[in-house]
Amino acid sequence: MKATNTNTFTFSTVEPGSGLKKAIKMKRSEIIAEVSASGLKGRGGAGFPTGVKWNLAAAAQAEQKYIICNADEGEPGTFKDRLLLSDFADLVCEGITIGGIAIGADKGVIYLRGEYTYLRPHLEAVLKRRREAGLLGEKLMGKDGLSFDIEIRMGSGAYVCGEETALIESLEGHRGEPRNRPPFPVDTGYFNLPTSVNNVETLAWATCILAKGAGWFKKIGTDKSTGLKLFSISGDVERPGVYEFPMGITIAELLKQVGGENTKAVQIGGASGHCIPASQFKRTIAFEDVPTGGSIIVFGPQRDMLDVAANFMEFFVEESCGQCTPCRIGNVKLLEGIRLLQEGRCSMQYIRELMALGETMQVASKCGLGQSSPNAFLSIVQNFKDEIMGRISQPA
Amino acid sequence: MIQTEQEKLRDEIVALAGRYGRDRGALIPILQEIQKKRFQVSDFAMQLIADMLDIHPVEVYSVISFYSFLDFAPKGKFVIRLCRTISCDMQGKERVARQLENDLGIKFGETTPDGKFTLEWANCLGMCDQSPAILINDRIFTEVTPEKVHDILEECRSTFGIFSVENREGRPA
Repeated sequence: MKATNTNTFTFSTVEPGSGLKKAIKMKRSEIIAEVSASGLKGRGGAGFPTGVKWNLAAAAQAEQKYIICNADEGEPGTFKDRLLLSDFADLVCEGITIGGIAIGADKGVIYLRGEYTYLRPHLEAVLKRRREAGLLGEKLMGKDGLSFDIEIRMGSGAYVCGEETALIESLEGHRGEPRNRPPFPVDTGYFNLPTSVNNVETLAWATCILAKGAGWFKKIGTDKSTGLKLFSISGDVERPGVYEFPMGITIAELLKQVGGENTKAVQIGGASGHCIPASQFKRTIAFEDVPTGGSIIVFGPQRDMLDVAANFMEFFVEESCGQCTPCRIGNVKLLEGIRLLQEGRCSMQYIRELMALGETMQVASKCGLGQSSPNAFLSIVQNFKDEIMGRISQPA
Repeated sequence: MIQTEQEKLRDEIVALAGRYGRDRGALIPILQEIQKKRFQVSDFAMQLIADMLDIHPVEVYSVISFYSFLDFAPKGKFVIRLCRTISCDMQGKERVARQLENDLGIKFGETTPDGKFTLEWANCLGMCDQSPAILINDRIFTEVTPEKVHDILEECRSTFGIFSVENREGRPA
């Protein structure tokens, strides 16, 4: 499915096959060194350096290793991977192949969310074409002893499976409940074997980095957040869609580009991200300031921020896997608090207690879901106290 | 040869286990196929799958209960999932929801008495730039308005019996 609006993507300038052609002539350590030198960080949102991840997986000793492409794009407001998989699937598959070679894996898995089942026939066709072209399969690009293949596995409608250990649990045929970390997947992953789990976009950028060189990527963006990034922009803007911008762009500049100058607040990083009010639009989108996996949801002046917070909390109550208490109970309590605010029956004392609960969830939850689910609540309460307190409740 | 429904199901599951393997990793792909073909994973199917993979049936149950696309109870031939997350919410998903309920005569979470349609909420379908969005089986509909609901349902009705909504359009270009 196409996006409604886009700008020009670097991906369209990279010839499929060009990244792999270079990678195949390099030593495994050289490929990882190139990706490390580019400063590429995980594009799913967590921002873990890709070079470090690949290095750890490469250093792990095992007969068999895996690389998994995390295409379980479930974060509210994110749809860049949908576009990548439909328009630039070759670059994604190539990134998986390059990563596989680098860490010493001969099997790759694309974990595609169930909601994107309609993309599967297209992806199967791309894989088939690449096998026929010698870019996948035995004797990769004619090189003896080098084989790599990719399999597609489907999700079944669980947001938490985007968390890498939950994703692995799901692939192994279990409930998608995150594991304790450590051990990390890079040494104890899929079937307890070393596994690198990378976001769709990260892998596509890895292909571009191999094709165009680490220097090109590093020159763009900021010191700590190098390179380009895809942004999924939705909500109250004139031109919603998928856009490519350099890391470190200010929120104000981004809004200008997509026609959202008259904006009250922006949710950056999806439901698990932060809500930034207009007074802070000079801040930059980068791992060192406001991090994001690419989700930008724009709220116009007419939006009720309490309704927004309620929508996010309903999402987390629904999607919490229920394994650990802070997340299972905490999200329900925060949602109840929002209901009280909506009815205009919440004391300041209780708001403070809820905020303390949110902070407890951030430190005590087992996985990223519970650690980040209070973010939206906390930032909306902090920034919009005047709007959300002392409501006169509407008769139902 | 006359085959009972249970024998047919057994053959199907044996074939699926042949295709995906008989280890635990094959469980979810097998469940997905059964769900797609039979609109549910019955108690009997759960027992058969457990036997094939040499695990306890309650393990199969626990997996089905976890994933929102798998269900024990029979679902309609067309499962309609309306996205309720923020971007679709802001673009008027509530009105689309009311119209779906009106046209189908059921509430969310219910299945029509003829077994054709199930109406459910979904969390972010990844169509936020073209909201509100509906997923019907494997096919996505975007920028849905209350007015379009009738035509979408009629299209489902006209393909009913072929079970081919996801095999027609809706493919990426």
